[in-house]
Amino acid sequence: MAQTKEQRQAPPPIGQWLPAVALGWLVPGGGHVLLKRPGRGALLGITITLMFVLGLMMRGSMFQPQTGDLLTVLINVGGFIGDACSGILYLLSAWLGYGQPDMAGHVHDYGTKFLVTAGLLNILAMVDAFEIAAGRKD
Amino acid sequence: MPKMNLSHFEASFLFALLVSIVLGVVTKRNDRERLEYGIYTFACFMVALFGLGWLMYLGHR
Repeated sequence: MAQTKEQRQAPPPIGQWLPAVALGWLVPGGGHVLLKRPGRGALLGITITLMFVLGLMMRGSMFQPQTGDLLTVLINVGGFIGDACSGILYLLSAWLGYGQPDMAGHVHDYGTKFLVTAGLLNILAMVDAFEIAAGRKD
Repeated sequence: MPKMNLSHFEASFLFALLVSIVLGVVTKRNDRERLEYGIYTFACFMVALFGLGWLMYLGHR
């Protein structure tokens, strides 16, 4: 029983899943397309991109990693990781200067959350791509 | 880039819709289960949205 569990949890070779996960990070839904799931990949790509673009249109701000007390580190580093997980969407918007200063107002606040959530949803998509590539899921 | 001005409800509705789609796609193993789970998640978001909305409204009366 214990041996079976160990066999099940053995990590698959890195070359089997890394291309799909890396492409999934860079282009939301790209990992699924690479794994020949174009429908799901397109749906993920459109949804995550729409969420990110809506966040930008609401003038949401991008988090920058900051040090200080625990809560500041948690919010800013966690937010930065969430933003960065959107891949090319984050890189392009940072390069093209779409990052907004943090402003008061509920629309800006929603925008910031939309931007972070787009990255978090992309993490879920990357995990799904990993499971498909590793043969743990259809 | 055009600026969007949404109400709390509109922003929350869009958030719920987009998150539900992704959760439905990545969670289950066949298309029927994915659709059902997406609808279920969206319904949960809506119940929470209206429930918390009414709670805040009654709390501020």
